[in-house]
Formats: sequence, C-alpha cells, structure tokens
Amino acid sequence: MVNPASASSPSARAPLLQTIGISKRYGSFLANDSVDLDLYTGEIHALLGENGAGKSTLVKTMYGLIQPSAGELRFLGEKLELSGPSDARARGIAMVFQHFSLFDNLTVAENVALGLDGSESFAAMSARLAQVSRDYGLPLDPNREVWRLSVGERQRIEIVRALMQNPKLLILDEPTAVLTPQEADQLFTVLFRLKSEGRALLYISHKLDEVKRLCDTATILRGGKKISTCDPRQETAASLARMMVGAEIGEVKATSARASTVPRLLINDLSFEPDDPHGVYLKGISVEVKGGEILGIAGVAGNGQDELFSALSGERIAPHEDNVIIDGHAAGHLSVTDRRKLGAAFVPEERLGHGTAPRMKLSENALLTGHAASDMVHHGFVDKPKTLETVDKTTKTFDVRKAKRDPEAASLSGGNLQKFIVGREILREPGVLIVSQPTWGVDAGAAAVIRQALLDLSGRGSAVLVISQDLDELAEIADRMAVMFHGHLSEPIAAADATREKLGLLMGGASPAQAEAGRDREAVHAIGA
Amino acid sequence: MGLLEAIIISVIAASTPLLLAAAGELVVERSGVLNLGSEGMMIMGAACGFAGAWLTGSTFIGALFGIAAGCALSLVFATLTLGLAVNQVAAGLALTILGVGLSGLIGAGFVGEKITPAPHLYLPGLTDLPVVGKILFGQDGFVYASVVLVAAIWWFLYRTRAGLVLRAVGDSHTSAHALGYPVLKIRLLAVLFGGGCAGLGGAFLPLAYTPFFIPGMTAGRGWIALALVVFSSWMPGRLAAGAYLFGAVTILQLHAQAFGLGIPSQLMTALPYLATVIVLVLISRARGSAGSVAPASLGIVFVPDR
Amino acid sequence: MQLVLEKRAERSTKIAIASPLIAIALTLVTMSILFAILGKNPIAALIVYFVEPLTDSFTLMEIAVKATPLVMIAVGLSLCYLANVWNIGAEGQFIMGAVCGSYLAVVTNGTDAGPWVLPAMLLMGAAGGALWALIPALCKVKFGANEILTSLMLVYVADLIMDYLVRGPWRDPKGMNFPTTASFDPVATVPTLFETGRIHWGAVVALIVVALATVMLGRTIKGFEIRVVGAAPRAARFAGFSSNRLVLFTFAISGALAGLAGIIEVAGPVGVLQPGISPGYGFTAIIVAFLGRLNPVGILIAGLFLALTFIGGEGAQISMKIPLDLTKVFQGILLFYVLACDSLILYRIRLIATAKKASHGVA
Repeated sequence: MVNPASASSPSARAPLLQTIGISKRYGSFLANDSVDLDLYTGEIHALLGENGAGKSTLVKTMYGLIQPSAGELRFLGEKLELSGPSDARARGIAMVFQHFSLFDNLTVAENVALGLDGSESFAAMSARLAQVSRDYGLPLDPNREVWRLSVGERQRIEIVRALMQNPKLLILDEPTAVLTPQEADQLFTVLFRLKSEGRALLYISHKLDEVKRLCDTATILRGGKKISTCDPRQETAASLARMMVGAEIGEVKATSARASTVPRLLINDLSFEPDDPHGVYLKGISVEVKGGEILGIAGVAGNGQDELFSALSGERIAPHEDNVIIDGHAAGHLSVTDRRKLGAAFVPEERLGHGTAPRMKLSENALLTGHAASDMVHHGFVDKPKTLETVDKTTKTFDVRKAKRDPEAASLSGGNLQKFIVGREILREPGVLIVSQPTWGVDAGAAAVIRQALLDLSGRGSAVLVISQDLDELAEIADRMAVMFHGHLSEPIAAADATREKLGLLMGGASPAQAEAGRDREAVHAIGA
Repeated sequence: MGLLEAIIISVIAASTPLLLAAAGELVVERSGVLNLGSEGMMIMGAACGFAGAWLTGSTFIGALFGIAAGCALSLVFATLTLGLAVNQVAAGLALTILGVGLSGLIGAGFVGEKITPAPHLYLPGLTDLPVVGKILFGQDGFVYASVVLVAAIWWFLYRTRAGLVLRAVGDSHTSAHALGYPVLKIRLLAVLFGGGCAGLGGAFLPLAYTPFFIPGMTAGRGWIALALVVFSSWMPGRLAAGAYLFGAVTILQLHAQAFGLGIPSQLMTALPYLATVIVLVLISRARGSAGSVAPASLGIVFVPDR
Repeated sequence: MQLVLEKRAERSTKIAIASPLIAIALTLVTMSILFAILGKNPIAALIVYFVEPLTDSFTLMEIAVKATPLVMIAVGLSLCYLANVWNIGAEGQFIMGAVCGSYLAVVTNGTDAGPWVLPAMLLMGAAGGALWALIPALCKVKFGANEILTSLMLVYVADLIMDYLVRGPWRDPKGMNFPTTASFDPVATVPTLFETGRIHWGAVVALIVVALATVMLGRTIKGFEIRVVGAAPRAARFAGFSSNRLVLFTFAISGALAGLAGIIEVAGPVGVLQPGISPGYGFTAIIVAFLGRLNPVGILIAGLFLALTFIGGEGAQISMKIPLDLTKVFQGILLFYVLACDSLILYRIRLIATAKKASHGVA
C-alpha cells in the first residue's frame, strides 16, 4: 500500500472532512462498519467498492441524508453534526446523485432553485445559473422541462446545481455510468478544473481505468469495511479489483463450439411510436442475430433501448407481424406468451417489479414466465410442485444463495436475484434470448456467472441479444456490436473492430463513417473485474 | 330581481361548496397525496358546522367548527397514509365511511332545528346596482372566501418558493427527499389544508345553502369535487371554471324539474352524477394521447429510509 | 425521538393473522370510550352489541341473513382490490341486480308462471349487476377514466332508477301509493332453509361463492394473474397478463356477485322491490373485504362479524337507546384499525433518536 502523502496530497495540511469510525446499522445488517476517511482540498479522492459495499451509505451520511449509528464527521478538525442535506450544503458540501434528484415536470431553473437554499430571488438565481453554466462550459436551457432532456443534459443540471453552491467538497456518485466516453472526457475536464480551484472531490466509481486516470487517492470499501487507502496510479486495475472483490475473479470463456449458423432472431425495419409521451421513437431498426452468436447493443440509457426491449418481448405489439421474426415465425403481432411459446425468453433490466413481483415467492416468480411454455399449468390449475422444482433447479445450477427454500423475491440480494431471473429463462433452453443490462448493479462474482451462462447458451446454438450500457461487458461477451442513438440502431460491427472511441462516437450520435474517421486510439479492453 | 340574475346567484351558491372542497383537494393532490375522503370530511364539516352555529348563534364560529372537523378527519387520514404508509385509496374510503357515520351521530340531535342563514354582504349603492349588484356585492362570506381561496392557491403554487417545493414533492418524493425536503411534513400540511377546505365546503351547506341539517346532505358533492380536480388538470383556474359549470348543471336540472317537462324527476336529479361520469370520460379521452398530467407521485406511498 | 417505519425483508405471516384481531380489539376499546361519552355503560353496551345476538337462535339466523349479501359482495370486491382495481360502486351494482331480477317478478306477478322464474331472476340479477359494473370498467379501459369516481357516481344513478321504477311503472296498484312493487309470488321467492326463521338458500350460495373463490385464487392461473396484476403491474405485463382484460373481468365478476346478492335479497328476506333494500351493504362490504384480508375464508368470518354489528346495533338501539349511526362509526373505525395493522405486515415500527441541530451556525 502506498502512503497517500507520497502522492500529490500534502500531508502537512489538515483534512477538510474526516469520517471517524462511521458505522451505520439497518436492523441486523451493518452497511458501514467503522469507516475512517480523510478528504483534502485540491484532491480527487476515489471511493471504490462493489455494489453493496457501503459507498452510497457513506456518502449519504456525509451529505446529511443518513444519520450514522456510531462515529462522527469532522469538518476542518471540528465535530460536525448534520441534521439534513441543507445543513451539509450550508457547510459547502454538495452532491451529484447517481439516480438524479431531479423533478421531471419542472423546468431546469426550478430544479436548480430547489437545490439551493432560496435566499436569492428567482431572477438572480437564473442569472447566476446562466453565468455558471457558461463558465464551466455546461450549456443548459433554463426554461425547458427536465423530461425533455437527454441523460447527459440531466446530469449537467445536477452538476451546475452543485457548482452554484460554490462547494468546498463535491461528491459525485458514479457520474460516468450514464455518459458516452466522450461525454465522460468532458466531465473530467470540469473535474480537473474544480480540483485546481482548490476544492475537494469525492468520486465514486467502479470503473478502475477512470479512477487511475483521474484520482489522487483511492479508498476501497468491501462489505461495509474500509479495506485500504492507496494511490490508484501506483496500482494495477487487477490489484484494485482484487481489493474490491476480495478474491480473484475467474475470466469468462467462450465455448469452443460456437459457430454462427442461421439467423434465429430477425428485426425488420421496426419503426414504433412510444406509448409513453416521454419515450423514444424507434426508427427503422433492422438487425439479425444468428444461432451461436451474441449481439451486443450499446448506447447511453434513454436512446430507445427500453422501447426496443418491449417491442421484442411483446409487452408491446409491433406495428407489423414481420417486424420481429423468431426462428422463422413472424412474431411482431404475437403476445409475450406466444413469443415464449416460439422459444424466446426475455430478461428485463429492472429486477424488482419487472423481472419479478418483489413481494411474491420465487416459485410464483418462476410461474411468472414459466406459465407460457412449460408444464406448470394444467387446465388452468397451477402445479405448485413443478414451480418449486424450477426454483430448486435454478438454485442449484446458478448458485442462488437465499435464506430458505422459497423466499420472497425482494429478500434476495441483487446478484442472487439476477442469477435466479437469468437462470429461470436459461433453464428453458430458449432458442432466442433477449437480455437487458444483464449484470447492472450485480457483484463481480454473480456477474461472471451470468456472463458465462450467456456464453454457454450461445455456445449451444441459441441466439443471444444483449442490451448493455457497460462497454466492458459487451467487449467480454459479444461477437458483434451495434449502438442505439435517438431510436436508431447503427450497423453492427465485429467486436474486434469495435474500439471504445468508435463506439463512443456512435453513442454520441456520429454516423458510422464519422466514427470510422476518428477511430483507433484505444482498443476496448476488459478490466478484469 | 330578474330571472337571469336569480339563476346566476343560485348557480354560484350551488358551486361554492364544490369549489371550496375541490380547491383544498387540488393542493393535497399537488403534494402527491390522493385523499378520497372528501365526502366524509364535507359531511362532518356540515354536521359540526351546524352544531357550532346552533350552539353559538354565529355563522362564523360555525364555519370554524366545520373547518376544525375537516382538519380532524384529515389528520386521521394523514396518520394512516403518511405515518403508517397505508394505501391512500383504502384509507380515503375508510375516511368517508367514518365521516358519514360520525356526522349522523353528531347531527342526529340537530335534525329539525333551524338557524339564521349566513348574512349576505350589503354595500349601499353597489349592492343595489342592477343585474350585477347582488351577484358581485351581495353574496355571503363563503362565496367570497372560495374565490379568494382559489386565487391564493394559484399565487401560492406558481409564485412562491413554498409552492414550488409543494409541486416538487408531488412530482418526485424521492428527489425531494434526497435534497433534504421533509416530504411527509409537507404532505401533512397539505392534507390538513385540504381537510379544512372540505370541512368549510361542507359547512356552507347547512349554514348558507339551507338553514338546517339533514343526514347525508352532501349527497355525493365530495366525490364530484374529486372529479373536478381531475377535470381541472390540477390547475386552479380550470378548477373554478369546472365548479361553476357543475353548479350550472345542478341548477338547470332543478329549474327543468320545476317546469315539469314530463321528464321523470329522478332522471333530472341523476344529471349531475351522469355529467360527472361523462366529463371524466371526455377529459380522459382527450388526454389519452398527451399522457397524464397528474402529479407524478400521486397516490404512491413514500417511506423515507434513514 | 421519532417513530419511523422500516421495511421488513419478508411479509410477517404472524402479523398477517394477528392483524384483524388486533384491529378488532382496538376498535372495541375505542367503542367503549364512545359509549362512555354517550353516557352508557361500556360493558353493558358491548354485551348488547356483541354477545346478546349470539345467545338466541333467531338473532343467530338474522346474522346469517345479513352476512349473506355482505360476503357475496365482498368476495367480488376482494378480486378487484387484489388486482388493484377500485370498484367502490358495489352498492349500485347490488341495486341494479335487484332491479333487473325484479323485472321478471313484476311481469309474472299474478300469472301462473312456472318454477323457471326464480332461476331466471337470479341470472338476470347477476347479469344486471355485471353490466352495470362494466360501465365504469369500459370507461377505464377505453378512455382511462378513473373507475373510483365513475363507479361511485353510478350508485346514485342506480338508486334513482330504482326510485323511478317503484314510484312509477312498477308500483303496486294495490299498495296505497307506497313506493313498492307488489309482493313477489312464491315462484319468484328464494325459499327459506328451515321452517322458522328467515335464513334462506342465499346463504348456501354465499358459501359456494366463498369455496369457488378460494380455489380460484389459490390454485388457478387466473387467480395468480389477479394477484400479480395487483402486486406488480409491470411484471404482470411481462408475464403476458393484460391488465385491461383483468379490469373487465374483475368488474364483471364483482358486479355479477353484487347483482346476485341484490336479487337474492329482494327475492328472499325482503320479498318486494322498494327503496332502502340495502342498509349500505355495498359500502359495508368494502370493510368486510379488507377485514377479511382479501381472502375468501377471511371474508366469510369478517362478513359474519359485521353482520353481528348490524344486529347488535339494532338491539342496542332498542334496549339502550344507542343511536343506530354508531354502527356506521364502529365500522369506519374498524376499517381504519384494520388498515393500520396491515401496515405492520410489511413494516416494522422503530423508535429512533433524531439528530440534534448542528451546534454551529452556518459556515
């Protein structure tokens, strides 16, 4: 481990904010276990950890949203008790949330006003908003309603709102998760400038290459405990990942027998109006997925991926029956159930409430998708033992850990529930599998199991379509990749040709030709975690 | 007094209780809470308002009793939905059932009693003006209160920071909570305000509309007020327009009955209820393509994590 | 210090069973206070309300008579509420069932129509209730109109339709101008179960309804569909279940059951169609549905309990001069406590210390 003092942070200076022995208990669960952390001005400090490691709990404590069960905060050496976020803001602590704290039906200016203490007039605030957004190169139209904006623009509101507080400490919770690589680069420019202005930054991420590029110090949390504080530039991505996970993560391997044969899933010129007025219009989407192949669809969230998923799953019926062809059968006009009967299976992005009914038992959640194409139902009556059998089989095959045989879905951890959902579909040996964000918010161990299962399924000749925002994940498992932008789907490119930069340009709306011109600086590489 | 003038005055009188209750409910729903207990709070406002006026001889104190009764019932609702995260629809129904029962109990002793109806404004000269005189300057305090209330709500929602916070809480309680706004406290205040308004609207009936109390005298006005909020698209100006429109339907059917057009009186009496159904269908259909304009968090239970 | 809710990892089965009992206990305590305020001896009043009706075979049968419509309506409503569909117009569907079924009784009155009349009346009653319920259901499915408000508005309309009929075309010419139809003929009457007492075959129908609903909810894919659509609508759509179809289905079933209850009530204990055939059964059934935890067997027990309060309330009015409205107050309070206790199935209440205000001023 490297002493942070040897890096850029001046050890002689007193820390701006310290957490001393912070613990947070929820019932019997310890989300933070006696965490010590020192944040200095003029420094970007990374907070690393897997999902559930306690990062969000810790920063919410620093922002006054959560009261710690034990331990204290110190601000410039003095004990600090925060009664709420407004208290934190008054001290100069600002936060950019991962799940934005925005109001969709209010304007940009109103959203900003709500994040400030309201001591200035609305007009004065609007003028300052224009000023700050110009200063930092973060353009915003103050009179637009938030729901009209892209994800990147929404994040800009959050950042500008934080900057207008002129913060001493800025906390950013996974800010690049929703950005294209180019947008992330622009964000880094802003962050470096904030650092040079003498502010302290706390940067939460699990993208290790970013942390190595950006941060001066890194603190790693695992299971609520601090594992280490180190200089990320002195570490390798692999050594950081090891500290986060606590074990080596096996690499996923493609099965050798993968050979592309006939197309099993065809999407033909699918144009589709959204049913939600805030949704995205799908425009002329055409692509094919062959048996034994994994096609990855990259793109920033909110560019039509959700709409594409529901058109493919049959949750919405496509305009023409041959918009979607499953194993040679026109399926565009078919319901979810009928598509499942054709051998298709689906895994949606949202685990709780979409992929499962949270407050129902796993056996009932097995029935949720299993009733269509299995022997769980006879003459309208449910065969309960059969549904339990599916739970047991999934548990065994995919190592689903749970407290009892048939618990409620909501009581499982994210990773285990995701393994159950993916396992439930794969056990039916679908000819076509459509998965959205297969490992979103899942621990590294479960993610490896799920990715391996997808590779194995395609190895057995199924067509797999993976929609993911995680370029590293796609690089690891996809044979070809296409990018969604504003409801368009780009021409797929072979994974070997899909550089991070080329994909990034496509994700930002460049045409394939433009992406080709500005390509090849950096090949997509897996990060080991 | 001309016929038109009389009709307009009676339309305003029929609209005022709807407007009072609906204006309160609009604020409640803007904060993201659906309180279906309007009918119960109104009938309690009527019973307690009458009791207050009968005991003290003062319409004003009666009105205060009505407000207090509405607030008290809405506090019960708030305890359940905000404090115990109970389903708002079920709790609202419970509130109506409780309110109807309690009002019968309280009002039983007052059935058959009479009070002096609420005094009307009289400004020499102005009130005597032809046609508009009595309409503008000869109403009772409830009518003026309802107009001021709607204007004040508009100003509050769109011109004050507190109104912005209230709209924000109704749009996304999670975001509001993340920014440190006390979501449940704000909603509690909104629910209490709505309860007071419904109580006042109910009190209008025995204090000004008819100078006596009969059980069940609200006759579904609380439900119609709820429908008016939907009709208004949660905007105060449209709410007032809707309330007067409904008042007009009520009065027209009364006049039609009086003329005896050979239409069964029951059909005419059913008109306001049928009109409510039809208006709900039309307004929902018109919005079909544009999506809902209801506050995004409306009716969703919020439990903050700490 | 502050009370906060904390989500449980799993629903607590213990509290799910205990919750209605706790709610009843709390209601009895509250009622005692109310009795005391009214100047009555709480113990004596509670005995009149809840014990005396159980000590006499006549009142026991009356409880079953009152419980019959309550249980039938509440089973239908529970299907709606499980599916997160809010039919609160059962009172109107009850009346329309009574009206539609009574049509046959009125036109065959005094003729020598055969024993087909009663079955046909029951069918028409169920159909009338179902069709009346389908109005708000269609308004919701086709236009997105809020079913709570439309179903409730139609209660008033149904009431006025019945009022018109019994004062107008269907009025008994020999009825001295009272708003009522002629007494139904024996072939148009639901027979009683025993020689004495008013308990009739409708009670058996109610038991069959409970049994069928138990099987449907617990064993069939349709029951599963109802529960999923209510508990997780998006997951239900993902499962291939159409929420629109289910709105129509649950409204139709609950309307049919309410309509059936309505025609059984007029063709059974009442014997004529007249205003006031329902002391608010359609609304009380909402309480029954929740008190029974939306479970058919629970509803059977809850229906008997609420019927007991009706009978006890009547007894208390006669023997202790306690106003009849107190029964409604009692029912409202009970529903509140039931809802509050149900919250504890999903949440645990915890006392936490609130943070003291920061000791320093704003930096």
